[in-house]
Parts: sequence; structure tokens; C-alpha cells
Amino acid sequence: MVTVRISDDALAIACGADEVANAFAQAGATVERVSSWGMQWLEPLVEIDGKGFGPATPDDVAAILDGSSPLGIGAIAEHPFIAGQQRLTFARAGKTRPTDLADYEATGGWKGLARAREIGAEATVEEVVASGLRGRGGAGFPTGIKWRTVAAAAADQKYIVCNADEGDSATFADRMLMEGDPYCLIEGMAIAGLATGATRGYIYVRSEYPHAIAKLEEAIRRSAHLVAPFVLEVRVGAGAYVCGEETSLLNSLEGKRGEVRAKPPIPALVGLFGKPTIVNNVLSLAAVPYILAEGAKAYADYGMGRSRGTMPIQLAGNIKHGGLYETAFGISLGQLVNEIGGGTASGKPIKAVQVGGPLGAYLHPDQFDIPFDYEAYAAVDALIGHGGITVFDEDADMAGMARFAMEFCAAESCGKCTPCRIGSVRGKELIDRIMARVPRERDALEGLPQMHNAVKTPRSLEDEIVLLEDLCETMKFGSLCALGGFTPYPVLSALKHWPEDFGARRAVPEAAE
Amino acid sequence: MRDAKANRLDEIIASHSRREGPLLPILHDVQAEFGCIDEAAKRQIAQALNLSRAEVHGVVSFYHDFTAEPKARPVLKLCRAEACKARGVEALVDGAMAAAGDRVKIETIYCLGLCSAGPSAMIGNAVHARLDAPKLDKLIREIA
Repeated sequence: MVTVRISDDALAIACGADEVANAFAQAGATVERVSSWGMQWLEPLVEIDGKGFGPATPDDVAAILDGSSPLGIGAIAEHPFIAGQQRLTFARAGKTRPTDLADYEATGGWKGLARAREIGAEATVEEVVASGLRGRGGAGFPTGIKWRTVAAAAADQKYIVCNADEGDSATFADRMLMEGDPYCLIEGMAIAGLATGATRGYIYVRSEYPHAIAKLEEAIRRSAHLVAPFVLEVRVGAGAYVCGEETSLLNSLEGKRGEVRAKPPIPALVGLFGKPTIVNNVLSLAAVPYILAEGAKAYADYGMGRSRGTMPIQLAGNIKHGGLYETAFGISLGQLVNEIGGGTASGKPIKAVQVGGPLGAYLHPDQFDIPFDYEAYAAVDALIGHGGITVFDEDADMAGMARFAMEFCAAESCGKCTPCRIGSVRGKELIDRIMARVPRERDALEGLPQMHNAVKTPRSLEDEIVLLEDLCETMKFGSLCALGGFTPYPVLSALKHWPEDFGARRAVPEAAE
Repeated sequence: MRDAKANRLDEIIASHSRREGPLLPILHDVQAEFGCIDEAAKRQIAQALNLSRAEVHGVVSFYHDFTAEPKARPVLKLCRAEACKARGVEALVDGAMAAAGDRVKIETIYCLGLCSAGPSAMIGNAVHARLDAPKLDKLIREIA
């Protein structure tokens, strides 16, 4: 009897994996549902004796079984997309049944937690500090320092909160990890609990991820005795993007409107229900079992500069070979998009690449030599965020994308601070006028004789663009959190690199660039 | 005179009584069971949790997943975030609206995490990817 392995990841299911699995079962094969390898253009990917076939449909089943299928890609582990990666966090991707405890243990599971128990809380925190791990949610704050703060805080109750509100477009690594290797996250959280003295953990998952929620709940139930006395619970978001911001997430967990809190106080000291709380992204917590099991140095040996370790990068949008690519920091954007991603899916030239989700800058192909590194991106007014990369071909209208950034911010703003709540609406109107080439006339108020300083003529297109830049500056420096504060990145980068899309002339390059 | 709905609400509230911060889990259950969180439910939940009705209303109105009135039509959530835009979802919107007519509601959603395989959509808890005009049209026509 032949054993067929097919992923039960949401993306594979959305592409028809369940139907393919049923067809194999009906043909007499034993079907094992495993996690996804992350080669998403090949999903549903069928694995038989290590060899892959994809993308498969129920009609391909007979040919795959008798060996005549043209869908074969050879040995999956040797496929260039997989062989080129350095998978630490996603070491089990494609190889284990997600909620099978025996599979997890057989692949090195619980080793990190065992070592943490052995070396004790203080040494565990120092191990994470030494690994150089930085928050994978986007901010890049050193994880170990956060842990140290919570560990040092005195309180009767502390919490570990996992931020799994992965709302950024082009990101799906959290989802893949929760669906494909839930015990890895659970182990990471248990280690965090042990290191800081927290006994309760919450995983806040967005409601758009029903498959991840189901897997986590099952995994938590099955592993409760292994992580005790640490207690875990899944909490489901309710469709608010801003709840990915840590303080807004805490309010949501407490049962309040997901409005952002002012910082300080930082959540590490005054967090969930006012108690010291670690809020870490899924990928940060899931990196911890490896760090504890293999040692901080093994992790820190990967990477460049102050960006240590690996980043699970997500290749998405109009890309030929989209999927999950975990690799050490330092890889260039051009390598990721052209060599690994294979260029656009449409076959047309690449126009723009957005890195870091809806709040990340649009990068021009001229910038493709930039290395994947927190500081290198910050230096060009961009961010790596959660590691999502969206590719756009030449049909993209960058003024339209800038408008969308404002529209998205307006739709998702929590409403607490003015630059974000009102600035985004005004920004959308402003870009609408720029796109329609109808500059704003003076309004009734500006025409009043008392308004000495009001401009006497209608605004020109150039004036509108200056105003947009002004507005972006206000949002960037005046907003309470990254939603309003980072929305200017996509807007200004689109304006800078593709001014012709806004109807403006391309500026003479500045000498400093 | 309490009706069956009020009794059921009490059961839902009681089932979450041991949680810290139980409001969102309660609202999720109420929304799933009754299709909305109406005025009576808000008041009952507020009283049970020792909150003001305004606080509960504030939470219900904040989150996209909660509605004060039932949705009369079946809903298809279509992702229109950046990655799906890059893969051409905008060109499908007019056709989807036409196919949906008054029978199905097309809601915009931002990201289902299927970003290399867009355009994608969600109906209930079921996800669909690699949509083109005919596939989306078929989904809309078959939605119950």
C-alpha cells in the first residue's frame, strides 16, 4: 500500500487539497495529512516516497500512482527552493503531521523546554538575549531584553501573550507555523513562561484563520500535561487589523475596544490586566525552542550585523514561485524576487515590490541589491516588517496603491489619535484629487476677507503633492502607533519612485542618493 | 417573561464565566448563534458582566466581525489587500457584484493569508484561492 502525503495547510485546502486527498484514499492509497513545505505554487503538492507532484487535481491521481504523471518535480528536499533555505523555525515544514505528538517528539520536539527546565529561568533569558533574536512581528525589538524586563518585574501574575493577529497582506508565516507546527509555538511559549515566571499564556489569533485556531486548540489540549503548570488559551480576534498592535491587542484580550494605549507604561511592566506581560509574535516565540535546544550561538551564527538568525520570508503577490523561504538575514531583495521567486507570475517586468505589508515601503527594482536586514531597510525609509514581500508587475498603478494605503488606514484606524483617524481620510481625498488632476479650489472659508494667510489661488498639482508630503510627515510623527505612523511609508515611497503615476514629473535625482 | 433566547444567552455567558476578559468570546458565540448582537443581547451581556450597555455597544461596533443586525444575505468575503490586488482581484470585482446581485453580499476583507495564490475568498470558514472570473462566478452562484 502506497503512502501519500498531502498538506492540510489552509492554502493547500483552498487550492483543492481535500479533494485530491479523497481521490487518493478512494484509489486505495494511505493518505497522511502533513504540514506544507511552503512551495505554494505547487500546492496541492503530493509526496510519495520523498518525491513530489504538483499542483495536483483529482484527475491526476491515477497518473501519479502509475508513475506516468508529468507533474513530478523529483525529490522535494532537493528542490532548489527547499535546498537553498536555512530552515530553523520551519525545520519541520512538510515533514510532520501537525498535531501528532509522536512526530513532534521524534523531530527534536520539547528539547528546548527540557533544557530550559534544566538551566533555569535566568540562564534561559540570557540564552535568548545572547541569540540576538529580535521581534519578528515587525518592530525588531530584542526579544531577550523584553523577557529580562518581565522576569525582573515583581507581580503575583504575569502573562505570555502571543500576537498571532497576522493581518499584513503578503504574510502567512504565522499561519503556516500555527497550522503546520503548533507544538513549536506552544513549546516557545512554555519556555517564555518558565523564563519569566508567567503561568498563563494567550494566543490571540485573527478570526480569518479558522484552520489555525482549530489546530492550536487541538494541540493545546493534547500537550497540556507536557507544558504544565503553564496554561494556554486561544483567543479569537474579531476582524480588526489594528489589534496586531500590541497594546490594542491587550485591550481586545481584556474585552475592550481594540484601541491603542499610549506608551509608556510598556506592556512588559503594565500589560494584560495591568500585569507584566510579554507580547511576542508567533515567529519570535517559535524561534525559541531551537535557540534553547541548540544554543544561542548556533542561532546567532546566522545573519548579518545586528540582524541575527533567520527570517521566514514570505514571497507573495504577482510572483511565479510564491511561498515560504526561511533564510539567514543578508539575502538581497533581487535574489529573493528574481532568482528564488522566478519573477512575476504574469511574466511581465517587475514594477514594484512592497516589503513589510500594508505599512511597508514600495521598493523600486533599482534597489534590488538591498540586503535583508532591519538597519539596511530603515536606512532607505523602508521596513522588513513581518517579512512579507508583494511583487507587482508593470500594470500596477502606484498612485492607486498609495491611495489604497490611506484607504486601508482609514478603514482600520482605531480612532484614538487624530493624525491616523482624520489624516488617513484626508490623505485619501488628496490622492483622489491628484489622480483626477483636479486640484482643490479655495473653499468658502478661505475666501473670507479675514483669512489673510489663506492662499489666494487654487492649489496646483505641485501644491497638492507638497500637502500630501506634509500630511505624511504629520501622520508619521504624530500618530500613536505604527498604523498611522507607517502608512506614510507606502505613500511616500510610491510618490518618490513613481512620480509619473501621480502626474508629476520625475525629480532630478538628489546628490545624496 | 423571559424567552428562550434570553435563557440561551445566559447559558452562553455562564459557559465563559471562568475566563479572564470574557466579553469577546461571549460576543463571538452570540454572533455565531443568533447572527447578530442585538440591543436586548447587549443589555443582558452588560448586566451579567457588570458593564454599562454603552461599553458593550462600543465593543460590538468596534469590530468588523460583530453586527447589530442579522445579515439577510449569504456573504462572500473577497480579499482586496495588496497581494490580491497584485494578482488582479480588482478586475474581478464588477463581475462579482453583478453575479451576486441582491442575493449574495460581497464583503471586502483584508487578507486571508493566501497571498501567493490570490485572488482569494472566504465563505463561512471555507477558503478558496487562485480565483479567476469563472471560478468566482461559480462560487457566488453556488453559495447557499
